[in-house]
Amino acid sequence: MPSLSALVFLGLAALTLGSAGFVAFSRNIIHSALALLGTFLGIAGLYVTLSADFLAATQVLVYVGGTLVLILFAVMLTSRIAEMKVSNPRGRPVVAFVLVTAVLLVLGRVATRTPWPAEARPAMPSTAKLGHAFLGEYLLPFELGSIVLLGAMIGAVVLARRAVRRAGEKE
Amino acid sequence: MLMAYASVAAFFLVAIGFLLGSLLFGRLLRPNNMYAGKVETYECGEAPVGPAWFNFNPRFYIIALVYIIFDVEIAFIYPVAAVFKRWVDQGSGLFALIEIFLFVAILMLGFVYVWAKGDLDWIRAIKGDPRGAQDVSSRSRAPAGQAAVADGGAES
Repeated sequence: MPSLSALVFLGLAALTLGSAGFVAFSRNIIHSALALLGTFLGIAGLYVTLSADFLAATQVLVYVGGTLVLILFAVMLTSRIAEMKVSNPRGRPVVAFVLVTAVLLVLGRVATRTPWPAEARPAMPSTAKLGHAFLGEYLLPFELGSIVLLGAMIGAVVLARRAVRRAGEKE
Repeated sequence: MLMAYASVAAFFLVAIGFLLGSLLFGRLLRPNNMYAGKVETYECGEAPVGPAWFNFNPRFYIIALVYIIFDVEIAFIYPVAAVFKRWVDQGSGLFALIEIFLFVAILMLGFVYVWAKGDLDWIRAIKGDPRGAQDVSSRSRAPAGQAAVADGGAES
């Protein structure tokens, strides 16, 4: 009988991989975008099993609550989404195979070569520690983070504005 | 710590079970009498026009973009808020407050930029387009037949 944490991990991994497979194999791009929900939630659960509780909450807040909506909007902005063959074409399997093999090799190498800590650290809530780190040791990266976000926001809006203007001209 | 999340798991299970249970219950109780009209989209009595999967107006996208930036901002501020009281007790509350205000102020610059540039205006004034300035409240809308089509959420 495997331990509870192993069972939880297997369930979450199955959810993540199953949803990811649906994203990859669905011929309908809207169903693909919706299936991302399962992947994001599964990843959040995996963070919990790694005792990164704040990261899990952020994953749900930002990825499930924000990024997924953004991706759905992006999909709905695509023209001719209803024609599924246009929206989600099947690429060349040979190219995909080579790429996936390369990624797998890199991931496998990282997983086997990294000196993982052998003993499990006692899990404890991480939010307060992060807060102290933001205010103390990592103050500059914290403030720089807001500048990065500012740049991202302005850049993205400038790019999106062009699409709005084009749509406006079409009206 | 995993056991602390048992309540989350229980919540998920109850939510899923409630959904599946009520669907199953309905299936067992209701008479089976399907016809084409029943599966049509409900549009408050109107016959639905066109498919639901059409191109959304890109204006939605800008709102979502701005939203996601502030979403990330919340994720950054939350840990600080969680320990703020302890910093106040240590006597360095003002320092922490200034830090957070600086963080928010930098992002507010972006918000001001987006606002001032008019990207948040639902109907954006386009240079040389007289329609951009017109009053588009629902009262001045086109007659009923046309409005029903345009009300699909996007007016592209």
